[in-house]
Amino acid sequence: MQPVTGPRQAQFDLFVVPAIFVIFLFLGFAVAAQTHDPLMAIQAWTFMAGIGIALAFFVKRYSEGVPADDTGAYANDIIKAGVIASMFWGIAGMLVGVVIALQLSFPHLFYFPDIPESSFGRLRPLHTSAVIFAFGGNVLIATSFYVVQRTSKARLAGGLWPWFVFWGYQIFILVAGTGYLIGVTQSREYAEPEWYADLWLTLVWVAYLLVFLGTLWKRKEPHIYVANWFYLAFIVTIAMLHIVNNLAMPVSWLGIKSYSLFAGVQDALTQWWYGHNAVGFFLTAGFLAIMYYFIPKQAERPVYSYRLSIIHFWSLIFIYIWAGPHHLHYTALPVWAQTLGMTFSIRLWMPSWGGMINGLMTLSGAWDKLRTDPVLRMLVVSVAFYGMSTFEGPVMSIKAVNALSHYTDWTIGHVHSGALGWVGFVSFGALYCLTPWLWRRERLYSLALVEWHFWIATIGIVFYITAMWVSGIMQGLMWRAYNDFGFLEYSFVETVEAMHPYYIIRALGGLLYLSGAIIMAYNLYRTARGDVRVGEPLALKPQLAAA
Amino acid sequence: MDYDTLATFSRSWGTVYLMLVFFALCAYALWPRNRDKFDRASRMPLDEDDR
Repeated sequence: MQPVTGPRQAQFDLFVVPAIFVIFLFLGFAVAAQTHDPLMAIQAWTFMAGIGIALAFFVKRYSEGVPADDTGAYANDIIKAGVIASMFWGIAGMLVGVVIALQLSFPHLFYFPDIPESSFGRLRPLHTSAVIFAFGGNVLIATSFYVVQRTSKARLAGGLWPWFVFWGYQIFILVAGTGYLIGVTQSREYAEPEWYADLWLTLVWVAYLLVFLGTLWKRKEPHIYVANWFYLAFIVTIAMLHIVNNLAMPVSWLGIKSYSLFAGVQDALTQWWYGHNAVGFFLTAGFLAIMYYFIPKQAERPVYSYRLSIIHFWSLIFIYIWAGPHHLHYTALPVWAQTLGMTFSIRLWMPSWGGMINGLMTLSGAWDKLRTDPVLRMLVVSVAFYGMSTFEGPVMSIKAVNALSHYTDWTIGHVHSGALGWVGFVSFGALYCLTPWLWRRERLYSLALVEWHFWIATIGIVFYITAMWVSGIMQGLMWRAYNDFGFLEYSFVETVEAMHPYYIIRALGGLLYLSGAIIMAYNLYRTARGDVRVGEPLALKPQLAAA
Repeated sequence: MDYDTLATFSRSWGTVYLMLVFFALCAYALWPRNRDKFDRASRMPLDEDDR
């Protein structure tokens, strides 16, 4: 607590958040007892188990008095928890990704008709949600809490409320993820959780927004640093997208099923307005905030052009919000709306590349560090991948290109060059920075292991995206091939057969990427323990230690 | 207000509005009096009172 708050205030704070969890524990129990829907009962018990874990955490944390972290200048324990959660969900989500890649490559070996929980249709949303929301979301929450405190010179606001955000978010992930496995879905892409999970996430997200705004409110720096603008845009826009996209009417308060308030083409446009801005504000704006703090910090150089960062921010958020209709080319959506989506997507080149140049040029005067510092190299390569996928995206939004690329693996390749190259690498870089900073270690356990991670993951990405380019373009060309009599040249199954080798290469790429993440988890664990690898003494220059 | 009126309004005035927003933000970013403030801000991650 702040020195100004009395012990009474502190005790009140300690009481409120666990009390809210206890109220929801009873609510969950009431639902589990009353419902006739077996799936709802499983969901309610899972929810209660999640709350139980959170309450056990609070009991353990406060059973021996208020820990020192609660009275320090900055709240650090919550960010440590975020680092651990990010690593855990990251490996879980990537593992599911490898499993579904293997299911596509070797259906005879990895398809179990007797176990519906293992079917591709249920594991695929588990993979996307786990890597985007569980891994990416935890990275964003943890780094935003770290960055907003340092750049505001103020302790995180709200007493125990940041812990409500952290545990509330993990409980949402648990309910949503196990829900997919048992077949609960509202079938909206990247927004599959049903109405009750959506309501819970709304509550958690509003608490997140208030904690973030409260910290900015009591800042001791007059200027709000650009990374905080990006975080704020991410939090506010995700709140808006989440609420509008999930407007739905439950069939019963005790059942899982709900119906969307929208229908037909309006529903489709709402879904892709949400879907594309999940890319724009979750996977882009939030991670650009990481870029604007961690690259200057790790390179020990100021932001290349702060003025460019302001133009970058405002033009990015004003343009991104309109790009969604490019997901609905050649559909029932009015043609002018499709063209509008395409035009705004092409215009996104400008702010995207402005931001990329700003991130890369921050290294001017420090380019030699790329050779010696594998963590900085990871951050910089992530920005390079950002530039590459934000070049590719607008090209794919052009209607003529989209006619070839849409519904093919090219889309999957594009998504993964952004997700593995940009989001993954910038997150890994931030976690490699945060672990020694938070656990007060001189350095990481091993820089050689970071080198291994970097190269294994980079080769994995190259395998992944090149395989998907080839298979995607081949698939698109085979679908549109006509013979001399005007009939389709290929049956669908022939196109599937042709993709088989590329699916195997993709699975290999994913496996390499997962292996890199496991090496990272080991490295971070040893760093947190305070170990330094034999053969890499602290005094040794990093380039000599590098493998 | 019918659909065509709304669509025409948003297509014409929407463009003007977005361009004005863009000019305003460029003016803010490039205004000479803001130079010192932004130069200081570009170093904010570097002045650390912790770790």
